[in-house]
Amino acid sequence: MPLIKDGREIDDVWAFLPDDAPLSPGGCITVSLGRFRSETELLLARNTDVGVRLEPADDPHELEEFLDRLALIEVSFPKYTDGRGYSQAQLLRRRLGYQGELRAVGHVLRDQILYMNRSGFDAFETERADLPSVVEALNEYSAFYQPGADGSVSVFARRHQKD
Amino acid sequence: MYRYDEFDAQIVRDRVEQFRGQVARRLSGELKEDEFKPLRLQNGVYLQLHAYMLRIAIPYGQLNPTQMRKLARIARVYDRGYGHFTTRQNVQFNWVALKDIPDVLAELAEVEMHAIQTSGNCIRNTTSDHFAGAAKDEIMDPRPWCEIIRQWSTFHPEFAFLPRKFKIAVTAAEHDRAAIRVHDIGLHMRERGGEVGFEVHVGGGQGRTPHVAAKIADFVPEAQLLDYLEAIMRVYNRFGRRDNKYKARIKILVSETGEEEFTRLVEAEFAAQRDAEKIALPQAEIDRIHAYFAPPELPERPEAAQKLHDAMAQDDTGLARWVRVNTHPHKVNGYTSITISLKPNGVATGDATDAQMMVVAHLAETYGHDDVRVTHTQNLILPHVALDDLPAIYAELKAAGLATPNEGLISDMIVCPGLDYCNLANARSIPVGMAIQDAFTDPDDQEDIGKFHINISGCINACGHHHVGHVGILGVDRKGEEYYQITLGGRADEKARIGDIAGPGLKADEVPDALKRIVNRYRELRTSKDEPFIETFEREGMEPFKEAIYAAH
Ligand code: SF4
Repeated sequence: MPLIKDGREIDDVWAFLPDDAPLSPGGCITVSLGRFRSETELLLARNTDVGVRLEPADDPHELEEFLDRLALIEVSFPKYTDGRGYSQAQLLRRRLGYQGELRAVGHVLRDQILYMNRSGFDAFETERADLPSVVEALNEYSAFYQPGADGSVSVFARRHQKD
Repeated sequence: MYRYDEFDAQIVRDRVEQFRGQVARRLSGELKEDEFKPLRLQNGVYLQLHAYMLRIAIPYGQLNPTQMRKLARIARVYDRGYGHFTTRQNVQFNWVALKDIPDVLAELAEVEMHAIQTSGNCIRNTTSDHFAGAAKDEIMDPRPWCEIIRQWSTFHPEFAFLPRKFKIAVTAAEHDRAAIRVHDIGLHMRERGGEVGFEVHVGGGQGRTPHVAAKIADFVPEAQLLDYLEAIMRVYNRFGRRDNKYKARIKILVSETGEEEFTRLVEAEFAAQRDAEKIALPQAEIDRIHAYFAPPELPERPEAAQKLHDAMAQDDTGLARWVRVNTHPHKVNGYTSITISLKPNGVATGDATDAQMMVVAHLAETYGHDDVRVTHTQNLILPHVALDDLPAIYAELKAAGLATPNEGLISDMIVCPGLDYCNLANARSIPVGMAIQDAFTDPDDQEDIGKFHINISGCINACGHHHVGHVGILGVDRKGEEYYQITLGGRADEKARIGDIAGPGLKADEVPDALKRIVNRYRELRTSKDEPFIETFEREGMEPFKEAIYAAH
């Protein structure tokens, strides 16, 4: 499964640690929100990076006070038709100001990636889409009516910008 | 009307190319059907019983003659010579080949049209009062805000995969012709101390669990509207049910959460928005969009009424009746809005042929200030015509089979496609509608009955709006046989109400006679000819009508 970030395919150094797997020293791991809640101190005390994987029903506000200590938040799309991850991303980026990597994982398909990117995702672990098709998907439009979590300006505003 | 600028045009062109690529990947097998499905749906492409169906957006139901001619061309070249105007003020073509759809979309883009978000679990075409900008009783024109909502909701990155489809309607008149209380969000424009704002209704809808919307805000100032809508949408996207398709509409979230708690969630989300999250619609942009909707220049025509009167006195072709039934009061003295009925006897469904579309385009251009509207009752409207032009317009419509004088009367029904076209149907609807039309052919009789809305759906999905018909007819399947359940007392206007089920279903051939008995009972009970059926029903209740329906049993 290719992992694509900033227009490049990158190596995945992260591993998701299931809730019942013991915590071993070393390695970059992500854990579920439940595990993060119950083992917060233990996890943050490790000297390697830690991240959290959100499931669709999880409330991103629970991570608010830890955001600057998380190097990765994964948002899981068990089915690509479940759009809750888009709201989680918007909340993390635009409301809570999360700056680290925000990665879409699970059922991530080419034709959803542009929406994801505009909602604040900067990394995509895709099922089948390869790098060229992801890059193509990200460039299908040159203007958007809404302001984007990626910093893009809305058409409403662009119409009145003096350039 | 609104015209695309370079941004709008580019976005629609980009969409055509994007969809062309998606279709190519589907045809090559790279995209699986289940992956393609939501993509084609978000572009209005359905797989129907016989073929693909393409639904084209007509934002808030407004078209210009060039666009109408384009629809006629699509009907002629890519379909079988007709199109179907829908209860969402859109148009559908039932016989377009998938491989042709990108070309159809490219042709539409040339005339500033598209099929974006006409289906799928996203924000659909915003609908409005079909007399917007013309009606005497509106406090302002709702179309500029419909257009702003259209743009805001187009390819919204956060709300493309909602739990279920989402429909917004806007009105600015006390008499609600846009059925806003049976929409996911209904907006009623208000004025308060010189400021414009929106009364917000949420969670109306039909389908298997019909609800009248709850009012969650009295007045959201216009500058905050989009941010408030974002708050509602986010609450719905996060908390709406996704475990059961039939419980996924926002109406279920509102009713399961409770109106108060739902309102609190929206208010909390709205209050939490940081400045950087706001849409920040520049005032210059609000003004720019409003400027497109400046009323046409309509010099008062004080003699027009008299001229029309004289023409009617000499006419023996039915002009007077058509004027009586199919016109609506206009803001400007000497003008009116006319309804072009798409429901002559034998056509119950809002179909128009390519030739008829060409006639309507021509009339709009010649007499109608280039403006055509589609109503949610599946008729067409020319909103601005001079009274003294009516005789000429009538003659041309009549020659084209478009002058049926039945606006709002018993033969002007809403009928879904039903078993003849739709793969979800339990029963046929079109033949039942036609049989009812056959039972009430006399125009004097129809006028005497007055306002009478019959709505027919071929299954519980309620595309024919049966819950809000004065008389609703729902097709059900009982052990392989079609039955029709009658509901009474529904209405979609400012007094919106879900109809009550009268009793056991009837067989198809029993329906027209049952209708006749309902009508006869109404005639006996009404206080005068000015009391429409729905008011008699509200006064008398179900019993006398129930008795009438089952009298033959
Ligand atoms: S109401 Fe049912 S039968 Fe009629 S169009 Fe809708 S889904 Fe099809």
